[in-house]
Amino acid sequence: MFKALHARKGIQLVIGLLLGIPFGFFLQKGGVTRYDVIIGQLLLTNFTVVKVMLSAVVTGMIGVHLLRSFGLATLHPKPGSFGSSVIGGLIFGVGFALLGYCPGTIAGAVGQGSLDGLFGGMAGILLGAGLFAEAYPKLDRFILRKADFGELTLPQLFKVNPWVVVLPVAIGIVFLLVLIERSGL
Amino acid sequence: MMEWLSLKEWSPYLVGFGIGLLNCIAFLLSDKPLACSTAYSRTSGMIEGLCLGPKVADKPYYKKFSPSIEWDWMLVLGIIIGAFISAMLSGQFHLEWVPAKWSVTFGNMPFVRWVVAFIGGILMGIGARWAGGCTSGHGISGTLQLAISNWLAAICFFIGGILTAMLIF
Repeated sequence: MFKALHARKGIQLVIGLLLGIPFGFFLQKGGVTRYDVIIGQLLLTNFTVVKVMLSAVVTGMIGVHLLRSFGLATLHPKPGSFGSSVIGGLIFGVGFALLGYCPGTIAGAVGQGSLDGLFGGMAGILLGAGLFAEAYPKLDRFILRKADFGELTLPQLFKVNPWVVVLPVAIGIVFLLVLIERSGL
Repeated sequence: MMEWLSLKEWSPYLVGFGIGLLNCIAFLLSDKPLACSTAYSRTSGMIEGLCLGPKVADKPYYKKFSPSIEWDWMLVLGIIIGAFISAMLSGQFHLEWVPAKWSVTFGNMPFVRWVVAFIGGILMGIGARWAGGCTSGHGISGTLQLAISNWLAAICFFIGGILTAMLIF
């Protein structure tokens, strides 16, 4: 039904911008565009980041799977491998702690006036992305495909209807959030 | 309404709910999940192209993700604007040289903080492309699709991040 809309590049650029504005607004209102809040999460003293992320996951997971059940959305799981997801994830994590922002929240941090985000972090991310593009052919040949598991999702792995996984995961996340609140974090 | 939009902070659950809804809208209207890190790769390629000429676009990686202004690039631009509006409305906008928590432990020299942020940024730029996504693409938009690669990457972001933060603070 929206296939024609998906193919119209000019309108898609406008939609991207119109989705980004409330995204940045929400991130700033949630406090996750602040270095102190993100580092607090990594030091396990402030659980705001986890609260925002997990409630976004529950909402989005139920919403997107509903859209999919009605034939209004297609999933786009990313392909992955041990060599890509685990090694890349750990490198990202080290950068995450040194920088104190991530690629999305740093844009929000810049919007609220953070200069270490703009001159330090953003410049670094751009250089890092460029270095990766340079090294990509070699990395792809030797590391990125190690222990490849493709675009596999949990429902596919267990060979069940997606809702059989969605509902328990949603309940588990809500339970975890209640636990976090109860322990005063 | 205005009063609510000018609040300094909203409940993290409300914010998460809002981001989850935005993700649904993105899937519906754009057939894409919300994800940020690809935009940096494109920008980096565009800057490289300005310096070294159009042959940069022939690099295998830029064949996959073209160095041009796309949907995700506009999304990141929107984030800057949206956060700016939010911070202006609540009176929180200010130029910050060094974050408070950093200066308590490491002092308030901007140069030191910026060098560490720059090194962290380089690792993050490499890691995000290596893993094929960041906190938004893997951590939120990927995990909600229940893909194994996304859960694994998101967990590794936090393992690496928590260990490093505990070491330096």
